[in-house]
Amino acid sequence: MTMLEVKNLHVSVGDREILKGLTLTVKPGEVAAIMGPNGTGKSTLSYVISGREGYEINEGEVLLDGENILDLEPHERAAKGVFLAFQYPVEIPGVGTMTFLKAAMNAQRRARGEEELATPDFMKCVKDASAKLGVSQEMLKRPLNSGFSGGEKKRMDILQMALLQPRLGILDETDSGLDIDALRVVSEGVNSLRAPDRAFLVITHYQRLLDYIKPDTVHVMAQGIIQRSGGPELALELEKHGYQDYLSEEAA
Amino acid sequence: MAALKETVSVVESIDVDAYKYGFSTDIESEKAPKGLNEDIVRYISAKKNEPAWLTQWRLDAYKRWLTMTEPNWARVHYPSVDYQDLYYYAAPKSTPGPKSLDDVDPELLRTYEKLGIPLREQEILAGVETRRVAVDAVFDSVSVATTFKEELGRAGVIFCPISEAVQTHPELVKKYLGSVVPVTDNFYATLNSAVFSDGSFVYIPKGVRCPMELSTYFRINEQKTGQFERTLIIADEGSYVSYLEGCTAPKRDENQLHAAVVELVALDDAEIKYSTVQNWYPGDSEGRGGIYNFVTKRGDCRGRNSHISWTQVETGSAITWKYPSCILRGEGSQGEFYSIAVSNGYQQVDSGTKMLHLGKNTKSRIISKGISAGRSQNTYRGQVSAHRKADGARNFTQCDSLLIGQDCGAHTVPYIESKNPSAQFEHEATTSKISEDQLFYAMQRGLPAEEATALIVNGFVRDVLQQLPMEFAVEAQKLISISLEGSVG
Ligand SMILES: Nc1ncnc2c1ncn2[C@@H]1O[C@H](COP(=O)(O)OP(=O)(O)OP(=O)(O)O)[C@@H](O)[C@H]1O
Ligand SMILES: [Mg+2]
Repeated sequence: MTMLEVKNLHVSVGDREILKGLTLTVKPGEVAAIMGPNGTGKSTLSYVISGREGYEINEGEVLLDGENILDLEPHERAAKGVFLAFQYPVEIPGVGTMTFLKAAMNAQRRARGEEELATPDFMKCVKDASAKLGVSQEMLKRPLNSGFSGGEKKRMDILQMALLQPRLGILDETDSGLDIDALRVVSEGVNSLRAPDRAFLVITHYQRLLDYIKPDTVHVMAQGIIQRSGGPELALELEKHGYQDYLSEEAA
Repeated sequence: MAALKETVSVVESIDVDAYKYGFSTDIESEKAPKGLNEDIVRYISAKKNEPAWLTQWRLDAYKRWLTMTEPNWARVHYPSVDYQDLYYYAAPKSTPGPKSLDDVDPELLRTYEKLGIPLREQEILAGVETRRVAVDAVFDSVSVATTFKEELGRAGVIFCPISEAVQTHPELVKKYLGSVVPVTDNFYATLNSAVFSDGSFVYIPKGVRCPMELSTYFRINEQKTGQFERTLIIADEGSYVSYLEGCTAPKRDENQLHAAVVELVALDDAEIKYSTVQNWYPGDSEGRGGIYNFVTKRGDCRGRNSHISWTQVETGSAITWKYPSCILRGEGSQGEFYSIAVSNGYQQVDSGTKMLHLGKNTKSRIISKGISAGRSQNTYRGQVSAHRKADGARNFTQCDSLLIGQDCGAHTVPYIESKNPSAQFEHEATTSKISEDQLFYAMQRGLPAEEATALIVNGFVRDVLQQLPMEFAVEAQKLISISLEGSVG
């Protein structure tokens, strides 16, 4: 059984091909790390899985629980359990954080034919989750991400993940911008969400994050494809030698 | 770009069926003959049983109007109005000044019920602790009902149709009518002075805080009938009043003219909050029909430390030409203007404000949010000026425009003029599109495109919505979603 299956994915923006036949599988319960040089297409992959516009899919499939999701709108994929913690979370001025969280949770519940959350239940969910992640009440009162520091935005994204309880959580460089304490708190938050029926795709540049969120598999991505897959030891190897092997191989 | 495009096309395709107040009421009415001349002016005045001075006032205005031409400086385009092809007076036949709600034609009561406007006091009293609002309902040219008059009367507040105030409080009307918007002010105001039909009159006595919100609901029903209402609000020393105005009209293929005048007077330490939700019929998706809304609204902060604040949510009308303004005459007086103007389809909005700083240490604040979609054009036009004597005058203006789609336009035309070196004026303006980043972010969290758009738009107008009384803010929020989305509601 696989949860996420990316098969021979070719994606271009304009006339430039970015993903060049990428294949990747992630099993339920698995934490898969993706590492790779800047500009390789890691964020592109996360956007294509979650359904952002502007990418031309030339070939290949993305299956979630065996179903091709490439024709679904982003909100439909979200309701099926795809969650993306953004490399750069977006500010939405004037929209109260609580308003946004409630609208999102209820939209997903509606899409799945579930009943909407009553306000007291919603408040309780948010209170519990925010306490765990060290998100202050003051932050919850502000418009979504407006004027939040880089680290605060990352925390807010993880809070949303905790509330939305996705099947597949994609974390795009969630560690960047986090201070040492925040890194620990956020990692603990992610770890507590690990579950047999939930998988994570963790995009990062640094072993440091993987010390906290221990991956089951590590994939090296370069020049638009997965070049090599292995266990946690692969990340340590990269830390020592960098990506030059993968880059020169391609150039040769 | 599927989602964004889809949102845009949804937005473009709407407003025809979205306008839910588009029904008309089948009721017999009494009309003046078509067209405008001295006899019509006399006819209207006679219908209202007016004293000679007022008849003369109207006639003078009419003569003046004949010498004037329509202003053409606004960024709005429309075929010229044939002023002889209109009715200037229409009244539901059965109501020659109803004494109580029981005398009001049931058809009319049903109309206001359908519009969601409470005319029955007891309904509200029976409810659990809802906030009470006194209502004056104006149907075409006459006021058909005013609620809570007795209770207000005990507080000394006068709230009645202006035609009634002319009879019962002529000294107040004579003293203040035309004292803020002079008869000669502009083409439409002068026309209104000649033919105004009804509207509300409010007087809050010294030191009284009006015990409830006052509101007037205007409804144009008859075809080919202009509506020329006139509202006059006087807040005497140290008093306070919050007043709400709402407007709707049936869907008609022809354009209808609405040329109102609103005058506010705030004496020493008095405060008037005036809120409008303007939802006249905007016309269909081809740009057919809709109200021409040419309105003159002005407040005079006549007393020391007086305070007038205008809040408007403009979603309707084919053409809006409207600049609620403040004359900051009293020392230390304050004027505010908060506006949300939504345009869609072929709507044209040219709206804004004037803050005229005449007195010392006067302050003003302008927050304008324009949202344009479809093929509409949305212009903010504002003037801030400081007189020679206006030492320490201060203004802050913020003007934000949001564009949805490719075929609409947003324009900002600020005039700033200072004859006093100590005046401090600040102006900020932004124009933005709903960003694809924001839309994707919200959709990734599970919100469908339309809901995401509505949420982002509501965020954009939040500063202004917060200025509205609670229930009105909720109404306004819904209205904005409806104006923009068509499928919601
Ligand atoms: N919308 C776009 N238009 C043009 N080029 C794009 C677009 N999106 C991505 N690219 C290009 O595609 C390549 C991959 O970008 P992507 O953001 O996926 O890289 P990344 O692996 O996430 O890099 P980083 O580690 O720096 O975050 C880059 O060269 C980028 O410039
Ligand atoms: Mg990236």
